[in-house]
Amino acid sequence: MESVSEGVPMPPAESAVEPSIEPVIEPAAPARPLVHRHHWIVRLTHWVNAIALTGLIASGLQIYQAFPHFGQKGKVYPVPNPFDMYSFPRWSRLGGWLAGGLQWHFALAWVFLLSGLLYVGYMLVSGEWRTLVFRPRDVPRATQMQLYYLRLRRDHPPQGKHNALQKGAYTFIIALGALSLLTGFAIYKPVQLWWLTALFGGYELARYWHFVAVWLFVGFTILHVTLVLLVDPASLRGMITGWYRGRFPSHGA
Amino acid sequence: MAREPDGVTRRDFLRLGLLAGSAAAAGCAWDGGHLLRPRLATVSRFNDWVGEHIFLSGGRPAPEWPVSARSASMPNYHVADATPLLEDPAAWALNVAGLVRKPMRLTLPMLQALPRVTYTVPHHCVEGWTTIATWTGAPVRAVAQLAEPTGAARYLRFDSFDRTAQGVPYYNGWDLKSAMHPQTILAYAFNDRPLMPEHGAPVRLYSPNKLGYKLTKYLTAMTFTRERPGGFWEDQGYPWLGGV
Repeated sequence: MESVSEGVPMPPAESAVEPSIEPVIEPAAPARPLVHRHHWIVRLTHWVNAIALTGLIASGLQIYQAFPHFGQKGKVYPVPNPFDMYSFPRWSRLGGWLAGGLQWHFALAWVFLLSGLLYVGYMLVSGEWRTLVFRPRDVPRATQMQLYYLRLRRDHPPQGKHNALQKGAYTFIIALGALSLLTGFAIYKPVQLWWLTALFGGYELARYWHFVAVWLFVGFTILHVTLVLLVDPASLRGMITGWYRGRFPSHGA
Repeated sequence: MAREPDGVTRRDFLRLGLLAGSAAAAGCAWDGGHLLRPRLATVSRFNDWVGEHIFLSGGRPAPEWPVSARSASMPNYHVADATPLLEDPAAWALNVAGLVRKPMRLTLPMLQALPRVTYTVPHHCVEGWTTIATWTGAPVRAVAQLAEPTGAARYLRFDSFDRTAQGVPYYNGWDLKSAMHPQTILAYAFNDRPLMPEHGAPVRLYSPNKLGYKLTKYLTAMTFTRERPGGFWEDQGYPWLGGV
């Protein structure tokens, strides 16, 4: 047997005295760390795009009002459109009339484009795209995450800043932003950019995809805001100040 | 009520959402007011510059379509309450004036004697609809070669005998580069037939590179100018260049 005389004496257990000093709130939960989560470029472009997109959709509905159909004049395309001949309520439109709607739309489109380019540029240069872009290897991870949400898997799968389902959602929304810009240019200059317009199936279909994108944005935003409020309200502070102290510390940059 | 660690409650979110929602509701169907409207007009002029210099709406030929692609109908449009008609069509002549060395009056037979351009192209309306038709006419630049604009001429103004019930005349201003595009024509035929009154008879301006409101119908005059002319709709806020 080795001598134990060199053994370090145990320090007095602090935990033995602590509970008597501090009231116990959540005995098992350690203090949530404060982590810096979003760079200022990410926060700035997020809110700029939120405002620009709201204005783009509202002015877009004003423009739609001028011809609420898809297809050539007198030859409506057989594309599903619950809003055919529909007049959107006045509060949802921006610009007052067609010319005002066009002016707002073509002004805010610059804000959306430049802010989007700044965001994508930052993600590429900083390498942060790796935490966000959905790649093939995220497919099994997304399945596991879905099983967890469906209560078919007990423990939360390991993740980085975003889980695989979040990666899918955020990759989708950035692609949707790009699609909106491309279909927008395709119907803004359908003759000069005829090749781009042809890529979307011609002017009438490009205009349709541009309109479909609106409802995908609206659907995403409802889901996005609902999940922030229900699952991780602390993430709102993260998107405003950059600092996050919440349930998912692994979300730190 | 559970307070989140960062001190923001779910109720606060709801309040914030309601506030933002009502602010948006109060602000919409809004044209920008006295403060923002002039700024929006400035951005619109910047977009005209981009259209002219980046999208090159003046230079490249627009793709043409087969005659078989023609639409069944072409909507007609004028600002007058009824279709504008000439009292004496035989007396009509286009007045070519302004900064030119040889001002002239061109009759319909004189225009028809000039080089003839025909194309089948989509018509793009600012409202968002399109329709395909065949147009035939004399290039504006062939007329310009006859009239010889001076070096000071930078724009073209196209006048019409279409006017509102209040007597406000329809007109358009064009940049010289767009007007001198080989596909910019003084059209006198529509789908192989003489131009009908509902489409701007006897002669209208046509181009596949511009939105419909730039294509002056019921032409009376084309005037070369130094200053930029506005336009009936352009003065009310439609994009001045109107290039597609």
